[in-house]
Amino acid sequence: MVAVSVSQRVTSDDQLARLLQIGIVLEEVVEARAHRHYRQLDAELDEAVETLLADAAEESADHRERLEAIIDGLGVDSVPFDEIESLVDARYGRTRPEDFDDVLYDQLCNEETAYKFYDDLIEAVEGSDAAFSVDREELIATLTTIRDEEAEGVREVTEVMERR
Amino acid sequence: MNTADQYLKTIYVVQDSEDGPASTGSIADALGVSPASANEMIGKLEDRGLAEHEKYKGVTLTDDGIVRARDALQTYCIIERFLANVLAVEDFQAEARELEAVIDDTVAERLDTIIDRQPECPDCFDPESDACACLEIAATPVEPEQQ
Repeated sequence: MVAVSVSQRVTSDDQLARLLQIGIVLEEVVEARAHRHYRQLDAELDEAVETLLADAAEESADHRERLEAIIDGLGVDSVPFDEIESLVDARYGRTRPEDFDDVLYDQLCNEETAYKFYDDLIEAVEGSDAAFSVDREELIATLTTIRDEEAEGVREVTEVMERR
Repeated sequence: MNTADQYLKTIYVVQDSEDGPASTGSIADALGVSPASANEMIGKLEDRGLAEHEKYKGVTLTDDGIVRARDALQTYCIIERFLANVLAVEDFQAEARELEAVIDDTVAERLDTIIDRQPECPDCFDPESDACACLEIAATPVEPEQQ
């Protein structure tokens, strides 16, 4: 058996880049899922849900671009986005939401997961004394903004769920 | 995955390979920590009813400990499969070991929705290769299935 790491810290550019790539995939999951649901809602419109999903997809695309910009700054190749996109889309294409509540619950899970991911990542960066190739303050500020937007996303989904 | 879960996973695998209680030394070696650190965490796991430690014999997981250890091993398998098959990482074992402490179970569950994990997981885990025995290592990301 090989020794494992028990430290909850990010210790190198490569490790940071890999975690950001995972963030990109999570954003892609939200984006693909929200987009797919959005299209499926054509027949039975609910303005609040439709707006929520459209905003979620747009926000995820924005988060993805910000994460890609950090990865560029680290000098590490980013995720082959088109391949990830088709993979996520194909996997999610197998499932179909039953109703609006299903859509909203799934969206809530996506937002909560993304929030938890960024929260852990910020903690792991803050707990590390590694020198990254990108500005640490800017990195934490960007991740904090994204995390807070995920928290806002959780709040928005919850509000729509409560109103229904 | 938190530190306690990393210990539980390790004890589970060591117990399996030693076919009996896991010695503190083996656990410490596997985790790359000192025996004193391992002893301290083992004490905490005992307090939480997740493990039992018998002097001169070693550590045995309780039923609750086994459940959590298997969950942790599944999370580890998800991270490995995700790195190998989605991000095409060659040295996925080393990276999974680095990342497991930072990846939460809820995040792993989301990643699990885009990988093909086998139903027998985590029994397919092979401690020698530190990887799932069913894992087909892809040089490029897997092709999405036709709808």
